[in-house]
Amino acid sequence: MTVKNLRYYREKFVRHLPTRFCPGCGNGVILNAFVRALDDLSIPQERVLCVSGIGCSAWIPNPYFSGDSLHTTHGRALAFATGAKVYNRNLKTVVFTGDGDGAGIGGNHLIHAARRNVEITTILVNNMNYGMTGGQTAPTTLYGGLTTTTPYGNPENPFNLTSLVASAGATYVARWSTYHVIELTKSIKEALQNEGFSFIEVLSQCPTQQRRMFGLSGTSSEAPQRILEMFLESTYIRGQPLKNNYLYAIPKKTPEAVFKSVETKLSGFHPKLKIVDHMAFGRIIKINTERVEEVKRSLKDLDDVEKVADPLEGKIELGVFVKCERPEFVKTLHNIIERVGENRYGV
Amino acid sequence: MYEDGEKGLIVTDERLMMGLNGDEAVAYAIKQVEPDVVAAYPITPQTIIVERFSEYVANGLVKTDFVSVESEHSALSSCIGAEAAGARAFTATAANGLALMWEMTFIASSLRLPIVMAVANRALSGPINIHNDHSDAMGARDSGWIQIWCENSQEVYDACIEAWRIGEHTNVQLPVMINLDGFTLSHTMENVFTLPDDVVKNFVRDRRFIKVKGHLGESELRLDPGTPITMGPFDLQDFYFEHKLQQVEAMRRALEAIPEVDAEYEALSGRGYRLIHPYMVDDAELVIVGLGSTMGTASYVVEKLREKGVKAGLVKIRVFRPFPKDELVKTLRSIPVVGVLDRAISFGAPNGPLCEEVKTAFYEEKDRPLIANFIHGLGGRDTSPSMIEGMFHRLMKIKSRGRVDQLIEYVGVRE
Repeated sequence: MTVKNLRYYREKFVRHLPTRFCPGCGNGVILNAFVRALDDLSIPQERVLCVSGIGCSAWIPNPYFSGDSLHTTHGRALAFATGAKVYNRNLKTVVFTGDGDGAGIGGNHLIHAARRNVEITTILVNNMNYGMTGGQTAPTTLYGGLTTTTPYGNPENPFNLTSLVASAGATYVARWSTYHVIELTKSIKEALQNEGFSFIEVLSQCPTQQRRMFGLSGTSSEAPQRILEMFLESTYIRGQPLKNNYLYAIPKKTPEAVFKSVETKLSGFHPKLKIVDHMAFGRIIKINTERVEEVKRSLKDLDDVEKVADPLEGKIELGVFVKCERPEFVKTLHNIIERVGENRYGV
Repeated sequence: MYEDGEKGLIVTDERLMMGLNGDEAVAYAIKQVEPDVVAAYPITPQTIIVERFSEYVANGLVKTDFVSVESEHSALSSCIGAEAAGARAFTATAANGLALMWEMTFIASSLRLPIVMAVANRALSGPINIHNDHSDAMGARDSGWIQIWCENSQEVYDACIEAWRIGEHTNVQLPVMINLDGFTLSHTMENVFTLPDDVVKNFVRDRRFIKVKGHLGESELRLDPGTPITMGPFDLQDFYFEHKLQQVEAMRRALEAIPEVDAEYEALSGRGYRLIHPYMVDDAELVIVGLGSTMGTASYVVEKLREKGVKAGLVKIRVFRPFPKDELVKTLRSIPVVGVLDRAISFGAPNGPLCEEVKTAFYEEKDRPLIANFIHGLGGRDTSPSMIEGMFHRLMKIKSRGRVDQLIEYVGVRE
């Protein structure tokens, strides 16, 4: 990936700035990754159509992308995009959708577009709630997550969207976060070149609503960075060697209150201790040590620690999960029409 | 005064006054009613209703089952299922949410399920707009729902209590839609007189069912394994038409049931609204007819014009479905000029939806006013007092000319 001056991308691809996104929103990161992917592949804007539905993610292309974009109704962007693609198969058709939009109200369109394997690149921005309408629970809200409609915890389980779309038949499926910009950009490039339905889920920070969801006290200005670091802390990448030199201590009280006693208890091991945010456990203590098993045993009888978690526990897997070939819908459709035409005139 | 004696209850007690915006007024009233099931999906400007209500649920203040469904279509479908099973169900939506429910609105009314739904009226896309006009509710005009329109949060609160008794009235059995202007009402805080919880509970009492012929003899109109009935089956050329006429009849009876329930509520609360609300029309020469929050602004303009000696008046239509034709004709028959305010367009039609109804109501009448139509405030554009004053000046001109030259005038729009 060649990196050019940000100004170059702005002038070439973005209609006007600043965007109306909240300060620290992940949408800007995704817009950035998308236009870099287009530029790297030298795909001219006039060959791109962006379709989006309702929600904050829908605003990534419309009104900011300086090519064609169609802003449609809640959850239906894929249906509109399928129509456009069928009519003009040379279009690079890209759908920007959110978790509420694409997995909630539009979930049916998502699985059927994947099943058809229609050549559309879908970028699903997952902020785990309905951000635009005020942070209500979504089909991606983590179990127990705090939202405005589940003030004491979400009783429902979230979708695993990449598994869902993969089993529905998509030929390119990946999941990244807004922390993983390089990987995300590479993934968008692969998706744009895939002849079939491509799906990229991007875990994205929503500093406006996720502070409640993840229980992030502290100032709002530090929230975006903390959520990004949380994404790094709570994920691992498929196929990459896993580090096994750390543990998490989940405290009964605030981590600050427990920090001292953990430090004292483990003083013999000389570990590096750090308080981190974790999507599954909240604010916890990370213990870096080479003597993992001994530390684990040692922490067992510490009253202040509710649980000791292994590095992988509660983590979300990132990476490219599906990369395969299957007949593409529009191509097949046109082949059938042509075949029928030949027969009709041949008889 | 707060009397809890034989005379009933007239509430002007400050202890029962709350600062509520329209959405909160809905949520608070529904909390007091405590329906069995609430199913809803977030959409601006209705979201506060659902958020507040889910807080009540989470805090254990109501025993309602609250379902965060995946779309508005599912929200109303869940309510239909719940009501068919004999529960009380409530939902709230706006604009495109109501549009997505459109299929189910017809099912709800034709299955005769008295669901109550609050609609924070918002302009329909596209282009996308989240602010107030009436295009959403007017799109559901013919779906067989009773439509109540509110001017302020107080009316919203009261309607959310009365609606259950109206819809569940054994002569009616129809769903009720309560319309409150998005943002103008939904997000604006006002003083609202509330009723004590037990008074509301006593007033709405338990859901009443009508008797129908079931498989094993007479049965209540609800799904009960003990007395099975079949709901919503195939109904073709043989009986569909007759069933539709039953809905027509139910709407006609609602015209009688609504004032009846309203009078009972008035005895309790001191507040009654009836079907239409005329203001300074007795000796009026120029009268404006309209729906919703704009009528609050209009009443201010009417008072100001009266001070200047202009004989102005207004009629607020509170119940739009069933349309209160007789009351309207009686009230407006001797008025020289009437201006009808529409906050929606029926594209290609000669008039806005409300104006067409008003004109139809007067077609058979010998004495009828000149009727002008003003379309205003689309997509949340503000309708200011000076605009309404301008409308009255237009009515004055029409009166002096003795005819209406322009079928529709669009007010507050760029040339």
